[in-house]
Amino acid sequence: MAEAASGALRRTLNLGRPDEVYNAIVDAHRDLNDEQCRAFDAGLILLLANHVGDAGVIGEALAAARSSLEGGSR
Amino acid sequence: MGSYVYRRYPYRRPTELDGGSRRRPIVIVGAGIAGPTLALALAARGVASVVLDEDDSVSNGSRSICQAKHSLEVWDRFGIAQRMVDKGITWEQGEVYLHDRPIYHFDLAPEPGHKFPAFVNLQQYYVEEYLFDRCLAEKLIELRFRNKVVGVRPGPDSVSVDVETPDGRYALEAGWLVACDGVRSTVRHLLDLPFPGEVFHDQFLIADIRFTSEQPKERRFWFYPPFHPTNSVLLHRQADNVLRVDFQLGRDADPEEEKKPANVDRRLRQMFGPDATWEHEWTSVYTFTCRMMERFVEGRVIFAGDAAHVVSPFGARGGNAAVADVDNLAWKLARVLAGSSPVSLLDSYCSERRAAARENILNSTRSTDFITPKFPASRAFRDATLALARDFPFARTLVNSGRLSVPTVQPGSPLDTPDGDADWLRGPAPGSAMVDAPVANGDGGFLIDHVGPGFTLLSFAPRTADLPELPAGVAGLMVAREGPAPAGWTALRDRDGLVRQRYDGRAGTAYLIRPDRYVAARWRRPDTTELAAALRRSTGHG
Repeated sequence: MAEAASGALRRTLNLGRPDEVYNAIVDAHRDLNDEQCRAFDAGLILLLANHVGDAGVIGEALAAARSSLEGGSR
Repeated sequence: MGSYVYRRYPYRRPTELDGGSRRRPIVIVGAGIAGPTLALALAARGVASVVLDEDDSVSNGSRSICQAKHSLEVWDRFGIAQRMVDKGITWEQGEVYLHDRPIYHFDLAPEPGHKFPAFVNLQQYYVEEYLFDRCLAEKLIELRFRNKVVGVRPGPDSVSVDVETPDGRYALEAGWLVACDGVRSTVRHLLDLPFPGEVFHDQFLIADIRFTSEQPKERRFWFYPPFHPTNSVLLHRQADNVLRVDFQLGRDADPEEEKKPANVDRRLRQMFGPDATWEHEWTSVYTFTCRMMERFVEGRVIFAGDAAHVVSPFGARGGNAAVADVDNLAWKLARVLAGSSPVSLLDSYCSERRAAARENILNSTRSTDFITPKFPASRAFRDATLALARDFPFARTLVNSGRLSVPTVQPGSPLDTPDGDADWLRGPAPGSAMVDAPVANGDGGFLIDHVGPGFTLLSFAPRTADLPELPAGVAGLMVAREGPAPAGWTALRDRDGLVRQRYDGRAGTAYLIRPDRYVAARWRRPDTTELAAALRRSTGHG
């Protein structure tokens, strides 16, 4: 699959140690209740969005995450 | 019933019952994967051993089915790896499903230029059969079936072992006793040694079935499939048209109910459609634990494989870690017995393999957590990963149904010499396993064929005159462009340039490779003093 021509959101792997990063994110939620999870995720997303900086990329990520809800669980 | 015919191996009356010598340098308890592999690795170094097993057959059930590359490379030294490759399933394509839809396809085509693929799927009973065959043909190995260890009495320089047979009880006096007797290790229990760790409560059901109609050609992973909507199902191919279907049952399922053939068949029917036909080979409900002994060496008693550490099955780190354990142990034990290394060399077996066990537990726990998330946020991230995987290749990398077992890196081992040069672009660093590459030589097409049971120096000196001086007892491999091989050296022809590439082998580069095929040290330009120091360190004299 080619990189999406429409945008700049990276589709292929960009993480050097993917399992380590994935598990660090998951483990950071371990002792949080639902409400704390939401607050934590909001903070995390804002930090990462600021780091990314590009409004176009963030917009694409928002759309992709939204549309993945339909293909996701339940 | 079943595609595999279980042979009974002959019991022979031990000579000790009739007054034969009781003293043995090495006694190995357990004829599973680890025990016979250790016996063969010792025999390859001229060391005799006795292997005791309470049973007289191979593993009941397919059990450890994924034989990794590094294990095949160990078994290749005994001439049985190709038999496993020929019998097993090598090349794997597969599909991952979410609910009722395929979300992506994967292709595990092997990287070219290696003698062995990343893994072969083969039932444990075949692996043990081939190991037993080879052991029975080896003069230095005595494989004793129906010899059950009932007592262990450690002394300062030996261990007394009481053994029960159909003809009565006898005692052996072992110089070293190696317990390869599995997760419920009798030796560990007899010595009352702790086995601390974590218990997992998720239940899994393994159904090994043999297709009598055409079997699926692909491996499949399902998350939330319609036929098992709350959980996941993994499918692996094995030899003889056998499939392993691994159902995640959750914590509250009733194992006896789930195991009933009618209940298993109902799910399988939904999976494989109305036309498929199969027979049951083996069904088992399991839970698992992750545990590790605090010390793998207790005086003259050594623990290896599941007896020393256990992990979840995801990622094939049980049998393969057992092979790596005994490969690490065999050369050290042989040196200690020969008096060429101090007993303290065995401390490095404990430190290196405990570090490996920790890494294996970490990896298999991550896979377990992905397959059976332990808390709601963990499940949310797992499900989001799956939901993104169809359109985003990066998310496919995060789908973790078991990471391939590769040789663990043992950085900072006291046996290895850290890099002095800083310009390495690639190549296995000290503490990493060597990598294979093709060579064009008469008697072997691959680099690993030329690495013997002792230490090896791999040199990229451009001319014979530039070769370093070979320390005593070290075999030389020269990837030289010109000149004949001097005494002690074998010239390798780097057929595809991959040896140079994979080792970043510039003119003068040299690697010191341990008998277990780990890199002990490497240099851009070794001098005699550095080489001797690295070898001393690696043999426990450092």
